Amino acid sequence: MRILRILLEKEFRQIFRNPAILRIIFMMPAVQLLILPLAADYEIKNVNICVVDFDHSTYSTRLVNKIKASGYFNLVDYTESYDKALDYVEHDQADLLLQIPPLFERQLIKEDNASLFMVLNAINGVKANLGGAYLRSIINDFNSDVRLEWIQLPRLNPQPMIQVSSINWFNPQMNYQIFMVPGILVILVTMVGSFLAALNIVKEKEVGTIEQINVTPIHKYVFILGKLIPFWILGLVILTIGLILSRIFYGINPVGNVLTIYVFAAIYLMGILGLGLLVSTYSQTQQQAMLISFFLMMIFILLGGLYTSIDSMPMWAQIFTKFNPVTYFIDVMRMVVLKGSSLYDIRFHLLAAAAFGVVLNSWAVINYKKRN
Amino acid sequence: MTYNKQRTATNDSMIAVKVHNIKKTFKTEKSIVTALEDISFEVNRGEVFGLIGPDGAGKTTLFRILTTLMIADAGDAWVDGFEVVNKYKEIRKRVGYMPGRFSLYQDLTVEENLAFFATLFNTTLEENYDLIKTIYQQIEPFKKRRAGALSGGMKQKLALSCALIHRPSVLFLDEPTTGVDAVSRKEFWELLRQLQIHGITIIVSTPYMDEASLCDRVALMQEGRIMQINSPRGITESFKKPLWSVRSGNMYQLMLDILALDAIDTCYPFGQYHHVVFKDETYSLENAKQILSTISSDLEVKQIPATIEDCFMELMRK
Repeated sequence: MRILRILLEKEFRQIFRNPAILRIIFMMPAVQLLILPLAADYEIKNVNICVVDFDHSTYSTRLVNKIKASGYFNLVDYTESYDKALDYVEHDQADLLLQIPPLFERQLIKEDNASLFMVLNAINGVKANLGGAYLRSIINDFNSDVRLEWIQLPRLNPQPMIQVSSINWFNPQMNYQIFMVPGILVILVTMVGSFLAALNIVKEKEVGTIEQINVTPIHKYVFILGKLIPFWILGLVILTIGLILSRIFYGINPVGNVLTIYVFAAIYLMGILGLGLLVSTYSQTQQQAMLISFFLMMIFILLGGLYTSIDSMPMWAQIFTKFNPVTYFIDVMRMVVLKGSSLYDIRFHLLAAAAFGVVLNSWAVINYKKRN
Repeated sequence: MTYNKQRTATNDSMIAVKVHNIKKTFKTEKSIVTALEDISFEVNRGEVFGLIGPDGAGKTTLFRILTTLMIADAGDAWVDGFEVVNKYKEIRKRVGYMPGRFSLYQDLTVEENLAFFATLFNTTLEENYDLIKTIYQQIEPFKKRRAGALSGGMKQKLALSCALIHRPSVLFLDEPTTGVDAVSRKEFWELLRQLQIHGITIIVSTPYMDEASLCDRVALMQEGRIMQINSPRGITESFKKPLWSVRSGNMYQLMLDILALDAIDTCYPFGQYHHVVFKDETYSLENAKQILSTISSDLEVKQIPATIEDCFMELMRK
């Protein structure tokens, strides 16, 4: 116990004497939580649209006004030349091109049928897709408006209609930030746990101090514990800072019990620290450790369900996410923060996190050698 | 067989370190490098034993095997009566190791480093203060300073203090004086001598031949082999041929001219002089001067006693 205490004392001394680490620990959550959720927004706004109007009729003007009024589109140009409009698309100044053919109004009124032409700039797939969808729904809306004006409503609707209306449970306003912030918090905790722990141990190798430790009678479990406990505590500190920041700046108040998050985080961090330890046993220099951690983090983040929904991934990727610890924590965070899930609801997640802890730590301890 | 080995090692209480046919090779991508080839020697208790050899002779590898940081491919070794592979736990309790590279925590202060290592060995600074007193007193004025901010000599003293904090019975010092100024080097050797009073066996490696004469016994190492083990005196006395030192105004030309002579066995630069050995071992000063006068009349020729370095050069030629 005395030995473990001096190890912890030494570790915290070193952490607090290293201004770079301190800055990372306190600046990283602040910057990531304050900037990322605002910037990384799924809602596409400012779609640049260019309208080619060959018709110049009342109806075509009405359509364009409707598009402009929607708030999603920027009208780049309103022109009569298709080539000129295509030029905007080619130079990436417009994401969408809408062509209103000549006689649009006349056909619409006389034949009850008119066509429009849409060109999407698919360089940015998400923007093209969503922009196109918005535009389609605006045109549909325009269509029903027009029909409503013409049709003398009979007492009963000639066509049977099913109207779908939906309610967004757990996040009624579909607030993107409420959905993103808990996820980003998970990434932060994961990064501190794996990166910093791995780098710290490898640093001892690089500087040669581990040599001096290895010739002492200290047991390797004690040494490893002395390395893991400080970062376990730091991880929980970051989580606390993050929860406070998200409450102050985004007004996110977990619906569920905050303790549930801490219980899960405590177990989860053991697994993540095990991962950091494992990385450190495989690398000789901090550079190697950094690159391995970075590689793993990229995969964990992209396949963790933070930015893309796991349900829409191909089957093999979905199976892979089962082996991604980050997935479970993001899930738990969202469940507890948005839905108010209890410990009982996340029991399988807890089990998975514990399994990660056992497997990764055993692997790392077996692989950690005091001599070669 | 194993039983026998153990008995010979533990029964002989006068032997602090026993190394028997140790071999170690390293595999690189393209080739296999032999670091130690069949090394055997014994170190008596309370001795200052020097491993003398150039870089790459295998000194550090040998230290790493004896301090249980590395396992040899073949052979056995005992430190303080304990076998290095199976009884490593015992060995770690009773040896002090000072690696060639400064490997204490640079971001901890002198005091903190000492307290840290004392605790790891389950002891305190106060408990063994008498042992490190003379060394620690020199760095005590800087005890609040971070180890990284100390001068080279001070760092060595701190590292030595840390290696001694648990009163080891055997102390391994891997090139302790490399990169340290001449005054600090001298002080350092004086400190080692004082440690002998406490009965600590010291095994020290160094690439500096002049430090060999400060050891009780030395092993001359080269390319993973021990060429000779003897007292420094015994080694210099084993150099049987007369040795001459020669000096002139143009040393480089002198070297070329001497090597061109038939009567020359070997000639190599040594400080401000060239050391020369003739093929004929019976030459007197007159003979030597006469032969060398064919090169130039203005030469300083002296017969000198051999140093460890001369012996080393001689052994390397064999």
